[in-house]
Amino acid sequence: MQVNETNTVNTEEKEFTPLIVAFCCNWCSYAGADLAGSSRLSYPANVKIIRVPCSCRVNPLFILRAFQRGADGVILCGCHPGDCHYSTGNYYARRRMTLLFSMLDYLGIEKGRTRVEWVSAAEGAKFSATMNDFAATIHKLGPNRKLRDLRCEK
Amino acid sequence: MSLNTKIDTETIERISGVNTRKCMKCGKCSATCPAFHEMDFHPHQFVAMVEKGDIEPLMKSKSIWNCLTCFACVQRCPRDVEPAKLVEAIRQAVIRQAGENHLKAEQIPEMLDSELPQQAIVSAFRKYKK
Amino acid sequence: MQKIGVFVCWCGSNIAATVDVAAVAEAVKGEPGVVFATDYQYMCSEGGQSLIKETIKEQGLTGVVICSCSPRMHEATFRKTVEAAGINPYMLEIANIREQCSWIHKNKEEGTEKAIILAKAAVAKLNLNTPLIAGESRVVKRALVIGGGIAGIQTALDIAEAGYEVDIVEKQPTIGGKMTQIDKTFPTLDCAACILTPKMVDAAQSEKINIYSYSEVEKVSGFVGNFSVTIKKKPRYVNSDLCTGCGACMEKCPSKKTPNEFNMGLDNRTAIYIPFAQAIPKVPVIDTAACLHFKTGKCGICQKTCSANAIDFDQKEELITKEYGAIVVATGFNPLKPTKFDEYQYNQCADVVTSLEFERLMNAAGPTKGVLLRPSDQSHPKKIVFVQCVGSRGQSCRDHSYCSKICCMYTAKHAMLVRDKYPDTDVTVFYIDVRTPGKNFDEFYRRAVEEYGVHYIKGMVGKVEQVDGSLKVQASDLLSNDQMVLDADMVVLATAVEPDPTAKSLATMLTASIDTNNFFTEAHPKLRPVESPTAGVYLSGVCQGPKDIPETVAQGSACAAKVIGLLAKDKLLSNPCVAHSDELLCNGCSTCANVCAYGAIDYVDKEVNDHGKREVRHIAVVNEAVCQGCGACTVTCPSGAMDLKGFANRQIMAEVDAICK
Repeated sequence: MQVNETNTVNTEEKEFTPLIVAFCCNWCSYAGADLAGSSRLSYPANVKIIRVPCSCRVNPLFILRAFQRGADGVILCGCHPGDCHYSTGNYYARRRMTLLFSMLDYLGIEKGRTRVEWVSAAEGAKFSATMNDFAATIHKLGPNRKLRDLRCEK
Repeated sequence: MSLNTKIDTETIERISGVNTRKCMKCGKCSATCPAFHEMDFHPHQFVAMVEKGDIEPLMKSKSIWNCLTCFACVQRCPRDVEPAKLVEAIRQAVIRQAGENHLKAEQIPEMLDSELPQQAIVSAFRKYKK
Repeated sequence: MQKIGVFVCWCGSNIAATVDVAAVAEAVKGEPGVVFATDYQYMCSEGGQSLIKETIKEQGLTGVVICSCSPRMHEATFRKTVEAAGINPYMLEIANIREQCSWIHKNKEEGTEKAIILAKAAVAKLNLNTPLIAGESRVVKRALVIGGGIAGIQTALDIAEAGYEVDIVEKQPTIGGKMTQIDKTFPTLDCAACILTPKMVDAAQSEKINIYSYSEVEKVSGFVGNFSVTIKKKPRYVNSDLCTGCGACMEKCPSKKTPNEFNMGLDNRTAIYIPFAQAIPKVPVIDTAACLHFKTGKCGICQKTCSANAIDFDQKEELITKEYGAIVVATGFNPLKPTKFDEYQYNQCADVVTSLEFERLMNAAGPTKGVLLRPSDQSHPKKIVFVQCVGSRGQSCRDHSYCSKICCMYTAKHAMLVRDKYPDTDVTVFYIDVRTPGKNFDEFYRRAVEEYGVHYIKGMVGKVEQVDGSLKVQASDLLSNDQMVLDADMVVLATAVEPDPTAKSLATMLTASIDTNNFFTEAHPKLRPVESPTAGVYLSGVCQGPKDIPETVAQGSACAAKVIGLLAKDKLLSNPCVAHSDELLCNGCSTCANVCAYGAIDYVDKEVNDHGKREVRHIAVVNEAVCQGCGACTVTCPSGAMDLKGFANRQIMAEVDAICK
């Protein structure tokens, strides 16, 4: 019985490809993602990037919406502290996300499913490594079932 | 004096709380030291030698007993390295290994001198007790 | 309903090798709004662009999605293309299927699937796009230079040369700055006054340059191209239009005991004074703290003496408001006052001087007429000790963490000049490191050692003591592992460079940023070194970081080039992707204004029509010319009134939905 259960879990995990939404600021992280691309540093295809002018443009509602619509993980990438194109935008993002993520944790969305990373325009390798690591973490956590809008399920 | 265990940079830095890598080797500590000429190793050498891990010669040196603990080097160091704390830490290391007290608490009353600043008594007790 | 055309680029094999481009075009055909979809070998080529233009016309498209390389690459190109075909350039979205898809994935099936999702997300966003029009603002063809030192003068001269008006605001009674106090300059040893004063005269005589001396910037508002600046003209109590600069008033002034700032307090000046002979403007100032007329109501000798009737005790402070297109910060530096360094006895002993004081003692126009004499007893010093890095490169509270950059060179200069003028003088320099990067700098230092016989000792001075009118200097000699006590007649402290104390308040006024040391921050440390991150504010000279004279002049000119580039434009086009507040939703809480790094949000009382109900409300209004479009306000707005054009909440939500389908 126990053996069977483990097997089922394993097969399920193999089939599971997590859906990851990445919000990237236009000046640093989106450029970092471009550099990862031109350096041919691969990361999983299920990471989909949305371009925003600055990490501070990311409304917590966007992240809630992503989870509602079936995302398994959401990552927010911005310029390193002190390097924000708009001087202070990433500081706002950092504070907002700290609050949001702890609330999401309380709601049952594990801390590992949400992340803020600083990736500069020169850090293509870091972008790729971060995405690989994040995808692996989400894969380990399995599909997200919390906050999901069941009306969207097929 | 027997040196039983090997004392390394990390130990001295931990005891003293000093980060020797902050030193920019300006020599201000040795320039300001009133006991400089009584020393075989000088304050700036303490910092450099601890950083290098060259601690045994320092433990055997007479400098550690000639340091007045006046803290002039600490006061003047532009990079807050605090060489006197290194000297104190090495002193501690030696005393802990030597296994004997040079000064016992009960000996102090007869040595008391109203002219003597209290700080000196505390400093001497720290220096010479186990 | 939009009529959207989707164009999928092959990028040769860059995209087509990993993404089935035809399948992508096919897949988006069913998406809402899409009326046309195709693929083409190179969308950015002449042929590709004409294909887009023709299709827009044939199909009557209202928007275009291009699936190609990164928008950072060709967004501008395609915006021009669609604009040429008659649709708004912001009715274009790019799906990045090269850098973020084909180049990082190997499996064609996987790549195609992702490309389709990215294309659909772009379509979903475009469905909600609205045409945006970039705002225009005029450029006032006049620049303001704050600070009239060598940096400010150079910048002003270069801007004036290009034909634009420049105003210089200088808080001292004369322009010229710190360079006026310097005797000789390294590494050529030419006289500072000989190269500076002609420039001061040029600035004064230029028709395009207007100098506000003895004035300060009081208030700054506006934005790039349209600054409005209030300048406070402090009263000189001398009418500049009438004064001939004859100096008779100074000769007759009975109050003669005020320390002379120009000579670093080494001699005294009168209450009515011109800082130095070549001052520009050559109009005296009355120091009200020293003037007997202002202190006691009596005296007034200067007024009686003045044949031009220029003395005006009733002169009042004047506020002038003017408009500028660009502002240049050239506030420069001050040498640190070593009062906290008790080991050097600077406070107690007159013969311990700073380098700038030493500079005055060596200067022919200085208190000793260029004869090197000890301040204490006016005798010739026979032994001089120089101490480097006083207040630089430290971490304690009395030090600055940075290297002041110029001290090694000016100390070498002083040592050399002393040995040259008085070969019987013994000169010793205590150093930590000798830093001489610069053209002919190291050669200069080596000459001081090898040809002029200056003793350089690696080590620091620990203590200076005054014994019987002479000084005892206790110092370490690290290379011989020794502590030495030297006799000295004079000790010269190479004190650190500090940004002018006005830098901080000025930075706040300009919303320009400063670092922890109060130096102004540049827009990019390597690629935009003379611009501040605030558009329209430029940096010249030491206000940005320690510099020597050649570097300051170079930066001053570079700064002028940037200002000229701005002033040459008739209009500035702004980024139309800016914040916008819905006046019906705004509750006037001003949270948005608090997070705005640019001060782009103002609050106004405005009559709004809320579904037939007319009332005056206190609401946020975004100044589109100032807004940079970061979006911080949109997230912080509690009532959801604030949104960002081009990256609206609904648009990003649509992208999220398309990705998470």
